[in-house]
Amino acid sequence: MEEVDIKVLFDIYKKMNLIRKFEQKAIQLYWEGINRGALHTYIGEEAVAVGVCSALRKGDYISSTHRGHGHCLAMNGDPNLMLAELLGKENGYCRGRGGSMHIADLDLGILGANGIVGGGIPMAVGAAMALDYQEKSNVVACFFGDGATSTGAFHEALNLASIWNLPILFICENNFYAISTCVTNAIAIQDLANRAKAYGMTSQIVDGNDAIQVYQETKKARDIAISGNGPVFLECKTYRTEGHWVADPQIYRDRKEVEEWRKKCPIEALKNKILQKDVSKKKLLESIEKEVEQIILQAEKFAKESPEPNPKDVQKFVLV
Amino acid sequence: MPIMTFAEALRNALYIEMKKDPKVILLGEDIGVLGNVFGVTKGFLDEFGCKRVRSTPISEAAITGAAIGAAMLGMHPVAEIMYVDFTTMAMDQIINQAAKMRYMSAGKVKVPMVLRTQGGAGSGEAAQHCQSLESLFIHVPGLKVVMPSNPYDAKGLLLSAIRDENPVIFIEHKLLYPIKGEVPEEEYTIPLGKAEIKKEGNDLTIVATSYMLQKVLNTLPVLDNEGIYPEVIDPRTLSPLDTETIFQSIQKTHHLLVVQESSAPASFAAELLAVVSENLFDYLDAPPRRLCGLSVPIPYNKKLEDASIPNEKDIINIIKDIL
Ligand SMILES: Cc1ncc(C[n+]2csc(CCOP(=O)(O)OP(=O)(O)O)c2C)c(N)n1
Repeated sequence: MEEVDIKVLFDIYKKMNLIRKFEQKAIQLYWEGINRGALHTYIGEEAVAVGVCSALRKGDYISSTHRGHGHCLAMNGDPNLMLAELLGKENGYCRGRGGSMHIADLDLGILGANGIVGGGIPMAVGAAMALDYQEKSNVVACFFGDGATSTGAFHEALNLASIWNLPILFICENNFYAISTCVTNAIAIQDLANRAKAYGMTSQIVDGNDAIQVYQETKKARDIAISGNGPVFLECKTYRTEGHWVADPQIYRDRKEVEEWRKKCPIEALKNKILQKDVSKKKLLESIEKEVEQIILQAEKFAKESPEPNPKDVQKFVLV
Repeated sequence: MPIMTFAEALRNALYIEMKKDPKVILLGEDIGVLGNVFGVTKGFLDEFGCKRVRSTPISEAAITGAAIGAAMLGMHPVAEIMYVDFTTMAMDQIINQAAKMRYMSAGKVKVPMVLRTQGGAGSGEAAQHCQSLESLFIHVPGLKVVMPSNPYDAKGLLLSAIRDENPVIFIEHKLLYPIKGEVPEEEYTIPLGKAEIKKEGNDLTIVATSYMLQKVLNTLPVLDNEGIYPEVIDPRTLSPLDTETIFQSIQKTHHLLVVQESSAPASFAAELLAVVSENLFDYLDAPPRRLCGLSVPIPYNKKLEDASIPNEKDIINIIKDIL
């Protein structure tokens, strides 16, 4: 496999750290009673979003899920605007209307997070259809969980994408649980990549805790998709090391299992890989970590100091 | 009498009926180990086993359809859709299948099933998790639609719903789950299609559904102080609607206010105002009114969310405006 440019690796490392710290801040603010609603964090799965999005090019799009903060940050989403949105502020991405599950930024290629499991998949196919029609050399990366592969929308969308050879990457984040439902109780096959075979689609199983592997496989998949060879399905096996939502009692899984996966932390793994190659990069990595901490503190300050929306404007934006 | 939360009362009803009737089975997402997101089916998997407590993948259409099919073969399934917002994934099964089987077969087929689901705003989960969609179901002939407002009613109505021979959509408001009230341990039923006068009065008739009924009750001390005595009615079943109880009340008070969380257009409140205008025009001393949620996707921000849903102050203001 070809070497990954060191600059790309540093950028990947930074974004993964950014996601981790962002989510930790969001959890802290949640317990302080500052943000509300559903908060699904991406802790433990950072390598998937960052690996995939780092392999995308300008003009590519992603569609996201209820667990969308990671995807957004990996697409260069602004942490200030994201945290402001989580706090329901007028300066947030959705001016406080959408909250955690509905952040979108078309300028950055983010078609939007989604509160409906499976809801984003058909829309991603539509976006790929538009790119194809407009003869753009671009793709859509469509993120969804293992749980979403049991929805009707998933199957209908995969079928369309494959009969029309659309430039779309189906990124399945198999974190083994859909809320309390273990994938083994929900799906009768072991590898979700096999779902793609039924639609005549190229597929690949990827170690979702290995950012470099995710990045390289996505690059390959992207090349296939833009050359008109139809959609590609990547099953990234990973794990959510926090609860489904912040206050999740997690009675459905063994603490030991969680601990085992914590040891496979994708951020630590990348750090070790970089240092194995060149131990002198330690300082640089540490400075990245510090920089990220500053970004998050700044985002917190921005979010807290941002104004609330005016209730008089509650019915703005319903229609164009 | 024991005190139970709304969630415990529902659990109690399901438990009683599961014990008593082997035809009753449950299916839905995360109802097994987790015992559903609100703990309503906690412990059921251990007690009744995985053939009767079927925790499903994220497949709302299949959950609903499976319940329909089992009901056609004489079972009494209680299917659960985690949020009413997700019933939209199952609309073919609910509207084209469950609701029409009986009529299309000229009475040969029965679909005795309950679809339990949870809705309403107040949790800050925004536009796709906080809707009030009961009016969609009221619109469809062949369904019964139930919305309890307190623990006692929740238990009695759920037992009736399970025993009913028709498809019943049973909608629980998410803010009601922790609310406590007196609930007898033993079984009892509350008939579907029967409203209840929660408080008698002569000045105006207030019909309020689900969590809004709680809000209306909260305003009573203030109204009392001002010498305003409304008659408060909980329809409990929205379809078929007990117009008799409501009409009698209006003939006494000559005023009507309907309070609902859902937005106004083509809604329960719209329908009730229409039938009252058609039938009781001469009895009314003022135009019948409704207080509804705004026509807006439920916003995330708390202040915006609050602004989109009627509150106690709004209720008091509109009552004063009417009288
Ligand atoms: C259609 C629909 N059904 C149910 C839910 C409730 N729900 C939210 S997240 C979730 C689990 C999703 O699992 P998965 O797709 O594997 O993603 P993960 O949460 O593991 O990232 C469920 C059932 C929903 N949001 N939408």
